Amino acid sequence: MSGTFVGMPSFPRAAKEAVHNKTLRDNLRHATHTIRDKRAKAVAELADWAELREAGKQIKDHTLRHLDRYLVQLESRVTEAGGTVHWAADADEANRIVADLVKATGESEVVKVKSMATQEIGLNEALEAEGIAAYETDLAELIVQLGDDRPSHILVPAIHRNRGEIRDIFREKMADWGRAAPHGLSDTPADLAEAARLHLREKFLRAKVGISGANFMVAETGTLVVFESEGNGRMCLTLPETLISVVGIEKVVPTWRDLEVFLQTLPRSSTAERMNPYTSTWTGTADGDGPRTFHLVLLDNGRTDTLADEVGRQALRCIRCSACLNVCPVYERAGGHAYGSVYPGPIGAILSPQLRGTQSEIDASLPYASSLCGACYEVCPVAIDIPEVLVHLRERVADQGGKGHRVEKAAMKAAGWVLDHPGVLGAGERVASRTRKLHPSKLPGAGAWTRSRELPEMPAEPFRDWWKKNRKPKSDGKKP
Amino acid sequence: MRVALFVTCVNDAVYPSTGIATVRLLERLGVEVDFPEAQTCCGQPQFNTGYRAQTEPLVRRTAAAFEGYEYVVTPSGSCAAMVRQHYPKIGDASAAALASRTYELTEFLVDVLRVTDVGAYFPHTVTYHPSCHGLRMLGLGDRPRRLLEAVDGLELRELPGADECCGFGGTFALKNSDVSTAMGQDKVNNAVSTGADVLCGADNSCLMHIGGVLRREEAPLRALHLADILASTREEPLV
Repeated sequence: MSGTFVGMPSFPRAAKEAVHNKTLRDNLRHATHTIRDKRAKAVAELADWAELREAGKQIKDHTLRHLDRYLVQLESRVTEAGGTVHWAADADEANRIVADLVKATGESEVVKVKSMATQEIGLNEALEAEGIAAYETDLAELIVQLGDDRPSHILVPAIHRNRGEIRDIFREKMADWGRAAPHGLSDTPADLAEAARLHLREKFLRAKVGISGANFMVAETGTLVVFESEGNGRMCLTLPETLISVVGIEKVVPTWRDLEVFLQTLPRSSTAERMNPYTSTWTGTADGDGPRTFHLVLLDNGRTDTLADEVGRQALRCIRCSACLNVCPVYERAGGHAYGSVYPGPIGAILSPQLRGTQSEIDASLPYASSLCGACYEVCPVAIDIPEVLVHLRERVADQGGKGHRVEKAAMKAAGWVLDHPGVLGAGERVASRTRKLHPSKLPGAGAWTRSRELPEMPAEPFRDWWKKNRKPKSDGKKP
Repeated sequence: MRVALFVTCVNDAVYPSTGIATVRLLERLGVEVDFPEAQTCCGQPQFNTGYRAQTEPLVRRTAAAFEGYEYVVTPSGSCAAMVRQHYPKIGDASAAALASRTYELTEFLVDVLRVTDVGAYFPHTVTYHPSCHGLRMLGLGDRPRRLLEAVDGLELRELPGADECCGFGGTFALKNSDVSTAMGQDKVNNAVSTGADVLCGADNSCLMHIGGVLRREEAPLRALHLADILASTREEPLV
């Protein structure tokens, strides 16, 4: 398994593998159901959850409507506080900026606190190409990196791994990246955590450059905010001499006051905690405290294009809580890797095709990777109507034609014509009913259905014929 | 009271018994039922697959077919949700007006007729699967369960993971057949674990999928629409 998502097959094919991997299915089922139940309890504690959800939606929508103004305000506040702001239009530009900044320090290794934006742009691979080693310090990210694997969940990137698998990865790979795993490492959580702590501590104390993301950026003061559980973020944000933060432009909020909403909704939605253990904030640089140099790389990479879409733009409200993943029945069976992106699950199915466009096989298949059950919309703390965006993106994919969609469009047109002619429809139904004994048990073209399910038996007559025979004479058939 | 039955295309062609049951049930409750024959399909399969242009004529046709009726009743939460949630966005004023006059069967019984005991008799153990669109888009709540609990002879068993999708999802069942089937199998296993004879739902499209898995796996229970159960009486029992 390689570290990037390039050249992913379409969702149904990738999902097929996952569906038949019992260990993966069991790992995912156990983890998602545990978090899902805990989240429901944590949310139920708040009497004003509906109001908080609406407030979060309004704050994000307002900010996105005036994004230009708030980003310029943010830039000037960060600059006034001693930081440097860089604007990156796409992944290549962002990677080049970061690589140049690291090279300017003369260092050849960096520590990272989990940042989805840097995974989105493939920063680690870009740095590696420049001879710079990037060490992930989030526990789950560490597991993924050591295992030469890919993240499969927004909050729990190694959700697809169980304890035994993690112990094996630590035993086999830690020595290649730094301090080796303790001799005779067991698979108890405390031992695994201690092994990771010792391995990472060495890196934190040595690193001169840290790279981070941010959950929020406050425009009024130029402050960046990270919510985390392990404390690794605080290490990365305070120990290095140089800090480079790579953040998507949609992460800005106007004021500190706005954070109060997300301080309540994000931890409850993601980890089912009333409050996250560590909330770190930093504003530019300060003498004798923390990094002496601070760079903020503001990443677009498809976000302004997404903003231009009236229906699809609501995806930019996302605060990456992952609640939608944990309730999604499709994610639970298909696993995160099938989505071919650092953003898996329902949010990934609407975000990736917007950020990357719908031309590739995987991106064209993502809007269909949902049964539209609506569980994701129900839990979303910023009320993103994910089913609405999925259907909207399906229109885009169907319009662009491509594999299968030309045939499907013709079929939809033909069906539409029949359905617009009730007489023809009734005749068709009658033929189907009368020939029902002749139907082959496996209809041609219906393989996707009959491989695993029986077809319903056709009735002796359609409802409209029963009506004509049994009721029509009693009714005048006219409208009231 | 006079209502128009929106039987839906799936019920018309594949599950006429549900349409017939709905007619008998409503008539038993003193309601006069009409079946406007110009109706066909609400357009949900086209709309949800991304073919909005092919949806529009069906929205116009459906709105015209039910023009003038004060109540339009349908034994499908999913089709009712399509009309209620999406018609105002897709169609004109008459489509929007239809949205406000369309009721899913259990809503009509509980909210309009104000009955939960419909005089049904069905001596079986039953577990109920609330389909997603009825559950989340219409907010049917406990209406179907209240109706089932009032059925004479019926024993209702709790379905584990009841609010999880069965995996049908329209064209999803074909486009993502493997995931769809895995979801269906889990639903069936949960239903089997209740020991019930019958898995009941209020949407035949979901039941077509669940029932298809049930029969392939030779599971010891059958899938039945809620209307079929509510129409069953001591005089004319459904066996």
